Amino acid sequence: MSDLNKLGLAEARDLLRKGETTSVELTESCLSAIDAADALNAFVHKTPEIALERAKAADARIAEGDAPAMCGLPIGIKDLFCTKGVPSQAASRILEGFKPEYESTVSQNLADAGAVMLGKLNMDEFAMGSSNETSAYGNAISPWRRDGDTADITPGGSSGGSASAVSADLCLAATGTDTGGSIRQPAAFTGITGIKPTYGRCSRWGVVAFASSLDQAGPMTKNVRDAAIMLEAMCSHDPKDSTSADLAVPNFEAMLTGDIKGKKIGIPKEYRMDGMPGEIEKLWAEGAEMLKAAGAEIVDISLPHTKYALPAYYVIAPAEASSNLARYDGVRYGHRAKLEAGDGITEMYEKTRAQGFGTEVQRRVMVGTYVLSAGFYDAYYNRARKVRTLIKKDFEDVFAAGVDAILTPATPSAAFGLGEMTDADPVQMYLNDVFTVTVNLAGLPGIAVPTGVNAQGLPLGLQLIGRPWEEGDLLNTAYALEGAAGFVAKPGKWW
Amino acid sequence: MSIDQSTAAKVAKLARIKVEDDALPALASEFNTILGFIEQLNEVDVEGVEPMTSVTPQRLKRRIDVVNDGNQQEKVLKNAPDAREGFFAVPKVVE
Repeated sequence: MSDLNKLGLAEARDLLRKGETTSVELTESCLSAIDAADALNAFVHKTPEIALERAKAADARIAEGDAPAMCGLPIGIKDLFCTKGVPSQAASRILEGFKPEYESTVSQNLADAGAVMLGKLNMDEFAMGSSNETSAYGNAISPWRRDGDTADITPGGSSGGSASAVSADLCLAATGTDTGGSIRQPAAFTGITGIKPTYGRCSRWGVVAFASSLDQAGPMTKNVRDAAIMLEAMCSHDPKDSTSADLAVPNFEAMLTGDIKGKKIGIPKEYRMDGMPGEIEKLWAEGAEMLKAAGAEIVDISLPHTKYALPAYYVIAPAEASSNLARYDGVRYGHRAKLEAGDGITEMYEKTRAQGFGTEVQRRVMVGTYVLSAGFYDAYYNRARKVRTLIKKDFEDVFAAGVDAILTPATPSAAFGLGEMTDADPVQMYLNDVFTVTVNLAGLPGIAVPTGVNAQGLPLGLQLIGRPWEEGDLLNTAYALEGAAGFVAKPGKWW
Repeated sequence: MSIDQSTAAKVAKLARIKVEDDALPALASEFNTILGFIEQLNEVDVEGVEPMTSVTPQRLKRRIDVVNDGNQQEKVLKNAPDAREGFFAVPKVVE
């Protein structure tokens, strides 16, 4: 069978169980696709030996009739996850050469479920970015191009390598992480599905920390069913993460009935931004129509503090980052600057961090340092945390009024060209997360589903936001939307 | 609130990131753009609102206070840029 790499997780799983293919065949197909796609710069550390070893073990398990959920399915892992003995750099120079002596809980859960790791995926440095242009590995490139144009397009960020790899069929699915939109924005930019679960569903242990109160891992897949399968495999209660939820993980796939009759879907008026492109407005209205046609009730809602989500995020996330990134000091792991005669320990810290961190990371660490510094802590950090309380309350009020899910655009535009935002000020880049960041601040589950293409042939996605811990219901609504939208576009192969 | 070059230099020092003097004006200007954006938060009435400490209502779990890990000196030092005789090595701190 050819083109096995183009399969999704559910399709491949069913073929494996029927004995119509093997994990080794699937894995070899992906490894060839990866080797032929260096132009995308999606896989930055390839692990073919590990992949084939795990594939053989998976085939043996399947033959014995012991096949867990992800058994034999080849996937990519974002570079933010620590993987034992395999470089885990968070796309930063400061972690050059770092090979963890341990495995993140999420990647261990996936391995335990039988998944085959193909390698590590490109991303923005420390997950700080919306275009994968801050990576120490260089840009990840989207397999998509504008019609009749050969300019490189961003796959989005920070999980840009994951998005590029899944949409180019280099793997069946990939892990991502999402602090302000880093799963959902790249998923929308590349025509794939990405879900950020409720804060606490996936353990953060072994995931390089950016902003601990916002970070969540999640799957990036070719369809909603695959997202349900992989999310279940990633989630667990983990005593090693004190914020991990001690709740049973449901069988998400079994909840995909496609029946959303009587569900109340909210359309928040504050998400209708000034200057929103007509094609986004149209996509959103069409999505609402599809859900209505499937039997849902569409209601107008208000989330009054939406406008303040991005400014609050750009206090809270840098503040937490400045604290989390204090550990990169050139002492315990990674890069240490070469010192000159007379340099003491302070010079060692300062030179190491100046050389090891890229521009955007330095900027955010310093903004975080400023908002936490004496005299500004109350004015910035505490005020932002109060606004965060109000943003969460906006959602609680809407859910208390009976709304089951909220439909919004995933991004304010289609993917932009690499380099097109170079001259913009940092805040312009931050606006990419305007529709997704509220969800992280409120700790809610959110999913991006591709539902259309723009005039230039680039994919566009919608976001559904669900009640806390109700990922199953959210996935089912997304499943209904996916079925109605019938998105089938794929990038033409140029690489 | 406007950040001048000396404040930018102070923040860089606090963050332990070496910034050359000629890079300070651009840095200060970027800080001002970002802080200008953040200033919007002043429009919000936060009187009587509790600052969020935990996004989910769970209490932090307790565990028995016992040693449950250890004896991993080799693994702990494995990735160190400079480790000697079972310790992390750094430039001289005390004369």
